[in-house]
Amino acid sequence: MIKAADQVDWYLSNFEVFQKSLNGEAGSHIHAIRKAAIARFAELGFPTTRDEEWKYTDVAPLTKVPFEPVFDYALNGVSTRDVERLTFGQKWARLVCVNGHFSRELSSAPSLRRFSRGIKMGSLAEAMKSDPGLLEQHLTRYARYDENAFSALSAAFLLDGVFVFIPDRTILEEPIQLLFISTAADAEFVSFPRSLIVVGNNSQVSILETHVGLENNVYFSNAVSEVVLGENSVVEYEMVEDESERSFHIGTTQVHQERNSTFTSNAISYGGALVRNNVAAVLDGEGAECTLNGLYVVADEQHVDNHTTIDHAKPHCSSHELYKGILAGKSRGVFNGKILVRKDAQKTDAKQTNKNLVLSNDATIDTKPQLEIFANDVKCTHGATIGQLDEEATFYLRTRGLGLETARDVLTNAFASDVINRIQTPSLRDWLNVNLLIRLQRAREKREL
Amino acid sequence: MLEIIDLHVGVQGNEILKGIDLEINVGEVHAIMGPNGSGKSTLAQVLAGRESYVVTEGKVLYEGRDLLAMAPEDRAREGVFIAFQYPVEIPGVSNTYFLKAGLNAIRKHRGLEELDAIEFLSLVKAKAKFVEMDESLLNRPVNHGFSGGEKKRNEIFQMAVLEPRLAILDETDSGLDIDALRIVAGGINKLRSKDNAIIAVTHYQRLLNYVIPDFVHVLIDGRIVKSGDKELALELEERGYDWVRESVVVSD
Repeated sequence: MIKAADQVDWYLSNFEVFQKSLNGEAGSHIHAIRKAAIARFAELGFPTTRDEEWKYTDVAPLTKVPFEPVFDYALNGVSTRDVERLTFGQKWARLVCVNGHFSRELSSAPSLRRFSRGIKMGSLAEAMKSDPGLLEQHLTRYARYDENAFSALSAAFLLDGVFVFIPDRTILEEPIQLLFISTAADAEFVSFPRSLIVVGNNSQVSILETHVGLENNVYFSNAVSEVVLGENSVVEYEMVEDESERSFHIGTTQVHQERNSTFTSNAISYGGALVRNNVAAVLDGEGAECTLNGLYVVADEQHVDNHTTIDHAKPHCSSHELYKGILAGKSRGVFNGKILVRKDAQKTDAKQTNKNLVLSNDATIDTKPQLEIFANDVKCTHGATIGQLDEEATFYLRTRGLGLETARDVLTNAFASDVINRIQTPSLRDWLNVNLLIRLQRAREKREL
Repeated sequence: MLEIIDLHVGVQGNEILKGIDLEINVGEVHAIMGPNGSGKSTLAQVLAGRESYVVTEGKVLYEGRDLLAMAPEDRAREGVFIAFQYPVEIPGVSNTYFLKAGLNAIRKHRGLEELDAIEFLSLVKAKAKFVEMDESLLNRPVNHGFSGGEKKRNEIFQMAVLEPRLAILDETDSGLDIDALRIVAGGINKLRSKDNAIIAVTHYQRLLNYVIPDFVHVLIDGRIVKSGDKELALELEERGYDWVRESVVVSD
């Protein structure tokens, strides 16, 4: 355990080790970013519950663990069989990272070869060498390290990850999966899964970003994804977080939208002991549309915090948000939905909804809409609900022969279905439904329901 | 088949049923009529297993067994069915999905093979036709966005699929227009057989024009004050419940 006074130093001294391991990069653009980011992290330190943004989420347990950064790629026993299971039996393009490092042997992009003109996808480390201009233009430009300690850490230890570039006028029919696997390292470890997705004008792509833990060990996954949408582009973004029971996951997805682009995300959180998801979009061109949906399912003493920010920077943009939570045991959920409407962003249409189903007496949910509106001709609505399973509906199902537990499961599943059913891939929907039921079953066995 | 003996039921401290005695044999249709607030729906709900009602006295035997000791799902599996007066809407749960789960739970309980998706689909299609229900309603969420008539028809459709031994119809005729009433009643009549029994709880006599009861009971203020055959229903229609009330007072 690290003492409070030394928690920041732990990462500073690890940065020194990291820096020495990098050969011939001292003068590079990316290394200048790393140094600026670690300096900023030293100033910021870890947030506390006195920070408004972290009021309901105490990261102290995370800061106390001496996590060793994973500097090198190792397969760590991950097999193609694991990957097949985690790609839901689909043959789509997959970019796999193990503990934050791109794995060439586990990745594949079979169907893309046919129309690969200009499409780039693969290791972020390689892209730093092969496409320095493109990366300089985008990498760390959106997930700003000057504002957030975890983004600063991610930028400081930036080494690898995945990179996807879709040129203008390109429509991909099949999704691309970004699979981030955390697995047994010798010590408690921290990894920095990183993605950069750049989508050109008039293009369309569907991305599935998954974070999974293969073993029940203590680790810290500090993930950052940047997604850039060119004019008139359409991006569907599914995120599934199913980290190990004892893990920490801090994820940031920062989206930048140009004119008339459409971004839709469905963010599912199932795993992890302490999870914080930041999903933020800047609507930086007229006519942009942003939909953020989410589902969090927590039990035991899990803590899951979803923070969303939609920044309406330009006029005539719309945003829709639906986050749903299912809480059992002594779990704790947090939803904070910030909608910022800037002075110029007239005719903004924003709608936010957060609904929570609380299945036990000891679970807690804090839900907070946060609307900051500086324009005067806008439509913004928000609503939050917290409730239990409908007794009437439970009784109705029982009178048709369904057992009490089955009836409750059916209704809980139905509650989740308006988020799960938005996901396009049937096999992923099935996986989410089955895993939801497994989680309910497990909670029931522990008498948490 | 069903024996209700001196049944007293309260809700939130108020006694609603004040000693009901009723015997129902297989093959019979019993109508229970009464004014609003007389306790008709309470009786139906108690038989189905609604927990908010407290039985303070008496017992109910179904096939010789203590019905009140059984969970609602066990009653369903033993062949008791209730068609609700106000069927609940359940967004997110498809009509056929939950009915398949229910039917298979019932079949399993009876030692029958569970139906697979294809067998079930052909069964529900046949049964939907049986009660003249639009097939498009099958895959919609349970009762969600259904009209009043569609909800009632959905109840009879479920009854047709689950094939109960004892069906309790709670004001199934209320809120139906004449055409819907005729269809719903037609469905009930098709399901009526010498192997099952029906309790039809109703305020009006009009359902009984189509579903001819063997017995009619008048429930007032938590007690059955008069029993008779279908003629009693007609007399009630003509003379109103006050007529029974007065005659009861006289006989008291």
